[in-house]
Order: sequence, then structure tokens, then C-alpha cells
Amino acid sequence: MNIFKHEFKIKLRSVLIWSVSISSLILVFMSLFQSFAAEAALVNQLMKSFPKELLIAFGMQDLDWSTILGFFGLLFVFCQICLAIQAANYGFSLVSIEESEWTADFLLSKPIARKQILTSKLLAAITCLVITEAVVWVSSFVFINFFNDGQQIQLKALILLLVSMIIFQLFFLSVGMLISLLVKRIRSVTPFSMALVFGLYTLNAFGSMVGEKSLEILSPFKHFSPSYIVKYASWEFPLVWISVIAIFIAVIGTYILYEKRNIASAV
Amino acid sequence: MNIIETDHLTKYYGKARGIIDVSLNVEEGEIFGFIGPNGAGKSTTIRLFLSLIYPTKGDARIFGKDCIKFGPEIRQEIGYLPSEVFYYEGMKVLDLLEYSASFYKKDCSKRLFELADLMELDLKRRIDDLSYGNKKKVGIVQGLLHQPKLIILDEPTSGLDPLMQQKFFNLIREEHDRGATVFFSSHILGEVQRLCNRVAIIKEGSIIDIQDIKTLQKNNYKKIQITADGMDETRFNIDGVSNIEKMDGMISFFYKGDINTITRLISSEKIADLTVEDLTLEEIFMHYYE
Repeated sequence: MNIFKHEFKIKLRSVLIWSVSISSLILVFMSLFQSFAAEAALVNQLMKSFPKELLIAFGMQDLDWSTILGFFGLLFVFCQICLAIQAANYGFSLVSIEESEWTADFLLSKPIARKQILTSKLLAAITCLVITEAVVWVSSFVFINFFNDGQQIQLKALILLLVSMIIFQLFFLSVGMLISLLVKRIRSVTPFSMALVFGLYTLNAFGSMVGEKSLEILSPFKHFSPSYIVKYASWEFPLVWISVIAIFIAVIGTYILYEKRNIASAV
Repeated sequence: MNIIETDHLTKYYGKARGIIDVSLNVEEGEIFGFIGPNGAGKSTTIRLFLSLIYPTKGDARIFGKDCIKFGPEIRQEIGYLPSEVFYYEGMKVLDLLEYSASFYKKDCSKRLFELADLMELDLKRRIDDLSYGNKKKVGIVQGLLHQPKLIILDEPTSGLDPLMQQKFFNLIREEHDRGATVFFSSHILGEVQRLCNRVAIIKEGSIIDIQDIKTLQKNNYKKIQITADGMDETRFNIDGVSNIEKMDGMISFFYKGDINTITRLISSEKIADLTVEDLTLEEIFMHYYE
């Protein structure tokens, strides 16, 4: 419990920053909706004039910008990128930060098993992610209702979209964690998380552009593609299972690797 | 009872040598010195005790229990002061010490304040703002606040001023009188000499000698200096003599063997002055590493 509290306290500021940033992103985008909706025919026509590959690459192909959810789905891709970076940051730094800041000697020489350390840290990180998600859920509901221009909201699609954030962030958290234990030392977390997030994003964009299914399959940006969820009001099974299985493997792998790890010393 | 026992403890980092076949015992109530130059494997040995790293071969037991299997249980009773101290930035000293105390079953708050007072530590300051020496003091308090049965010190005095070093040694002696066993790694011989009962000498990853500190000094070598005019130093070149040097009419050498042999040899000459003394630990040490 003490580790959980310690970790939670350290992350609290970051949670605040991410929650506020993502909520503001939603606010700014949604405030533009009314003007878009008013010119819907024009906008949709403009979109059609773009090359199809471009629209696919940005996940815009199936979205109708004149509906509130279509518009939200478009913006949700950007939220996903932010959420992914946050989760990946937490994942990559979860245990590696103790080594890069040389505090591992302090923590691991305390009378506590590594399993427990990892569990406490993991729970603290998940709590932080859930808090961020909760803030984004609330602000999404509020801003969508506020700017919806009298449209009916398809609640099921919206809820599925918002709930998908949980699995989506867990994917980046756990994969980041696993990778951090596969490499010898992580000096700075940002390059790693950027590479993971934009790597998987590009994989999805490139995969759908060239119609290569095997590439998209690896990316959670595909598994939880907002355009699919909005269009069908459903998750894209069995792709979602790939994310879930990846999370399980990454978490189990992390426990095994951390248990065996030789902690680097400062001198 | 043995507090620490290691059996052919070996650690390789990939191909790089850490330690090789280290077998030693530390008995209850001892202050055990562990000396060797940088890179000899002192920290590696200690990190194996704490299961920060895992051995390639062999095993270590503390309080009679395997270091890896019973790690958390053993560490309840270990106080560890690393050679380099690093703590969570942005934390206040008191927060860190309380965090540290929260891992132990017993209530440590009284001892925490006693130690902080003794070490003249300002509990309200942030860790980032502390000097190296002050961080080291945080390390000392953090390592001793739960009154451990085994205290493991890895080059503890670096960064402390002589006054603080004195206080620190007194503190360790007090803990020792209370019944704690101390494992003291250092490359500074003076402090080992001051504090320890027994000492292990490690060189390039292997233990080359484990001795009582008094035996190490007494039974071994004598340092003999002779002042005489125009004497030929080669006449002292007998069995047991080493390191013969001649400077300004003074001959000096180390001798190990029957003391009568050498006194007879010296008395057969006309000399102006003679000193016979024990080697300092420093000189013994240099001798081991030549």
C-alpha cells in the first residue's frame, strides 16, 4: 500500500495535465461542430475530393462529418494518440525509472518482494489511467451534449468508443512495461513511447492505405478504430481480442522478466 | 552462528567478471571488513546479498536462509547503505525517511528522529537541494532506522567530513554493542583497521585472504630499517626478505620468518640505528596487490 501511495502521488500531476489537455482538445474541436454541421454538404463534398488513400490513412473514410458522432469519431483519433502516449509513458517508466534514477537500490533492498513492488506500481498506474479516462468520459458527454446542435446521439456507439479507452491504454501500458524490461536500460522514456505510439499508428495508417491486413492487425489503432465503432455501433471482433491477448502476454512477461532482472548499479 | 555464509558465490555480467568462487562466513556480532580496490567485486558481493542481482553459480545465505528465496524476510533485518546514494527527487527528507520506515514491521519513528538529530540532518529540506555529504547522511539514517541485525555498509564514509565520520563510526560501534553484525566494505584501510575484527581481502573478483585483523598485522611481516655507512644491502638477501631498498645510507626491507635469524645477521654488522616495526595495513595491502 505504501508503494501504491508513493507512486500515485508522484503521478498525480501528470494525470492532471493529461486530463485537462485531452478535455480541452475535445472542447475546442466540439465547439467547431456547429459550423461544420451547417456546411455539412460542402464539407462532405470537399472530403470526397481528397484521394481516398489519404482519408483512409487518417481514419476518416467512413465518418460522416455532419453527424455529431461522426465528428467526434474524427477527433477521437487524436484523443487516442494522446491517451496512448500517456499510457506508454507510464508503462516504459514504471520500473525502469528506478534504474535510470538509481533509486532501485533503495527500493529493492527493502523487505518486499519484486512481485509486490510490480503489482503496487501497476495498480497505481492503472488507477491514474482510469482517473484520466473518467475525466475524458465526463468531458466528452458534457461537450457533446452542449454542442450537439439538437441531434440525436447514438448512445451505444459513444459508450463503446469511450469504454474502448480502457483496453486501449492497457495495451500501451503493458507493452511499454514489457519492452522496458527487454532492453538493458532506458535513459529517457519519451523517445521510446513516441516510437511505440507513432510506430503503431503509422502501421495502421499505412496498412489500411495499401490494404495490407497483416500490418493493421498488430495495431490497437486498428482494433479500436473510431470509424468502425461509430459506423457499426460495435467493436470490431475478433480484432479486439488481439489487444486483450497482447495485454495478458505483456503483463505475464513483465512479471517473469522483472523477477529475474539484474539491477544495474550506479558505480 | 553464521550471519552470512557464501558458498562458491560467482557472478558474471555476460562475459565480464564480477566475482569468482567467493566463500566466506561472517559470525554473529562481528564487524567484518571487506577490502579491495575499485572494481574488485565488493559491491557485486553486496548486491548479491540483497538479491539486487542473481548469482551465476553458488549461493549466499543470511541468517541461515537463502538470499533469493527468503529475500523479503531477510531484508526485514538488514540495513544497507549503498556507496552512491540516490533518492526520489522532489521528496522532502522526512517524507523519504518515513517512506523507508513504512516497509518495516516495527515502529521506527522514534529511532528515525534520534538518528536524524545525531547526524544533524535537516528533515524539512528537499532531497534535491542536499549536498552529497548530506545525502549520505540520509542514507545512514535510512539504513539504520529499523535497528537491523545485520548492517551492510558499502564504502560508507565517502563524502562525510572527518567529524561526521567519527560520529558515524561511533554510531556503528553502538549498533554493534547492541548486538548488530556489521559487514563493512571499503578501500580505505585506516577505517577498516579502526573498526573491524576480521577482514577479507578481495582481488580481481576472488578472495585472496581472510584473516583476523591482529594476526594480519602481527604474525606476518616486519618492516626493518637499518642506518649504517657504506653497507652492502645485498648481504640481507636471505630467505624471507623482500622489498630491499637503499636510500641515503638507510636500508629498509620487509622480513617474514624467525626473528633471531635476522637479528643475528644485523648484529654481526656495525650499524648506527635500527627500527623494527609491524607493517601498517596499508603496506600489507600493497604487498597483496603487487
